[in-house]
Amino acid sequence: MNARAQLLLSLADDELIVGWRDSEWTGIAPTLEEDVAFSSIAQNEIGHARALYELAAKELDTDADALAFDREPSEYRCAQLVELHLLDWAHTIARRYLYEEADRLRIEALMESDDAELAGLATKIDREEVYHRLHAELWAARLRDESRFRDAVEELWPYALGVVEPGLRAELATRVGLAEVTANERNGRSPEFDELWQTMTEVRRSAPGAQW
Amino acid sequence: MDTKTQEFLAFVQEGGQVEAGDWLPDEYRAKLVKFIEMHANSELMGVLPEREWILKAPTLQRKLALTAKVQDEVGHAQLIYRVAEDLGKPRGEMFADLISGKAKFHNVFHYPTYTWGDVGVIAWLVDAAAIISQKALLKCSYAPYARIMKKICWEESFHILHGRDVILAMMTGTDEQRELVQEALNRWWGPLMQFHGNPIPRDEDPMYVWRIKSQGNEEARQQFLDGYAPQIWELGLTVPDPKLEKLADGTWVYSEPDWDELMSVVTGHGPRSQDRLAFRKQFLDQEKWVRDLVLAA
Amino acid sequence: MIYEVFRQEKKGQAFQHAGSVEAPDAAFADTWAREQYGRRGESAALWLVPRATIHEVTEWADEFDLKYRRVDGYSIKARLKEARERAGTTAAESG
Repeated sequence: MNARAQLLLSLADDELIVGWRDSEWTGIAPTLEEDVAFSSIAQNEIGHARALYELAAKELDTDADALAFDREPSEYRCAQLVELHLLDWAHTIARRYLYEEADRLRIEALMESDDAELAGLATKIDREEVYHRLHAELWAARLRDESRFRDAVEELWPYALGVVEPGLRAELATRVGLAEVTANERNGRSPEFDELWQTMTEVRRSAPGAQW
Repeated sequence: MDTKTQEFLAFVQEGGQVEAGDWLPDEYRAKLVKFIEMHANSELMGVLPEREWILKAPTLQRKLALTAKVQDEVGHAQLIYRVAEDLGKPRGEMFADLISGKAKFHNVFHYPTYTWGDVGVIAWLVDAAAIISQKALLKCSYAPYARIMKKICWEESFHILHGRDVILAMMTGTDEQRELVQEALNRWWGPLMQFHGNPIPRDEDPMYVWRIKSQGNEEARQQFLDGYAPQIWELGLTVPDPKLEKLADGTWVYSEPDWDELMSVVTGHGPRSQDRLAFRKQFLDQEKWVRDLVLAA
Repeated sequence: MIYEVFRQEKKGQAFQHAGSVEAPDAAFADTWAREQYGRRGESAALWLVPRATIHEVTEWADEFDLKYRRVDGYSIKARLKEARERAGTTAAESG
């Protein structure tokens, strides 16, 4: 698999899995108003994943759904941060905040890419991400004084560093205001991912090749 | 009934509408809040049978569509709870009454889902039954409720299309997929026939008398059958009621629904009633600290 | 805090009351109302207004005849007919 396809898949897998995790809050977010807003974020991420898979699908002569759902767990390239099962609000907002900071850095780089197709898509994604960042910053400011939030950010920080290439980590540390530490790299799926994958692909695997 | 209440009754029966700040007879206000509260609870509890399928959606498009549909249901809950809150009942109190069983939610949301066939049948038929009830609220005598019903009905229109699309994909798919649809339909038919409530004559139905609803229960059920029995049959599916038939005069006849089952289910004895309420309570409790922090402005 | 939401469907149209959201401040109200009232691109703009700042007017003095200010206060048919009869003309083509 060429480098471009690998990059597209790691970006797409991050967005798919973080979107999948965010969609776990459907119906059970802290307030109804937040539930609706949070669901839009999850949908946007799945939408970004779809667009990225579609680019990768052209490279790999397949289709977006096949890439999203028909690979074995070991073939996914997502960062560990997005795989974690974090169904409590402090951890969820900590992940949202850190993921958006990391994602912004790599989107900025992609927008400058010589790869016109990818740069164009990154620009589109960036315009939607503006609202994700506002949301994350709003919540992070509101939860700033809560120890469970600060603890969650510290706990997830090594995972956040693993979202970006080593070359971007110093900048990420500056932006987040935390000292750089050893990153949890994208190097194999966690047991949490296996459980996620089982659920995510259950219906699809029940009838391989079927239309849904 | 005192004169003022009689005048109010005549006013609403002639199509008059009232606002949140207007004088409302005690009986009207009490029945209205209870009705609206049950509707809000239903939208909120209706999310629970569907949300697990968001996680299992077999294509990106289906995942997006189902997430958007369920998001709409949460949005409807927000709209409807707000109306009840403006009538004087705080949201926290409504959640507490829901969890304790003091307040109810519609029968269909007390049943389990087992397959993607359920996802299709719920979006196609359960939503259709709900939309018929919702359209009958567009002219509600209580104007704030009538106004939000406009947004709700508009949003529900895409749910039906999504439901039909899911069903048609399976009905034109494999034999196993067609069987999933038939099997789900077999399980949902009973609750669907009970959904609109027992056939109390509309002039004996306080919801109609006060013009909160503009149609009686049996009218709604007949409308549902008229619209959807043909849709079911044209796909080659069978309805698990041999008595279902449209008579020459246009009336649908059918086996008597199990009204005892309906009563038992809505009073919290449905197959999934208690564990869904427990799930809802779990997250309300877990995230109470967030509400305390964020809503204390 | 309750924020009333007014939405403008298309540029140039009037803002209409659409509902309300409960939020601690304008920033949260913005984040939440934009999704509740605009996630389908159905609104060109929203106004979010704290309910407490809205001053409602519902009572009116209606003691004296105000018809002179309104269209229904004028009935010209009978006099127009009389004027035409005097002039020997029929109703103008454009009526």
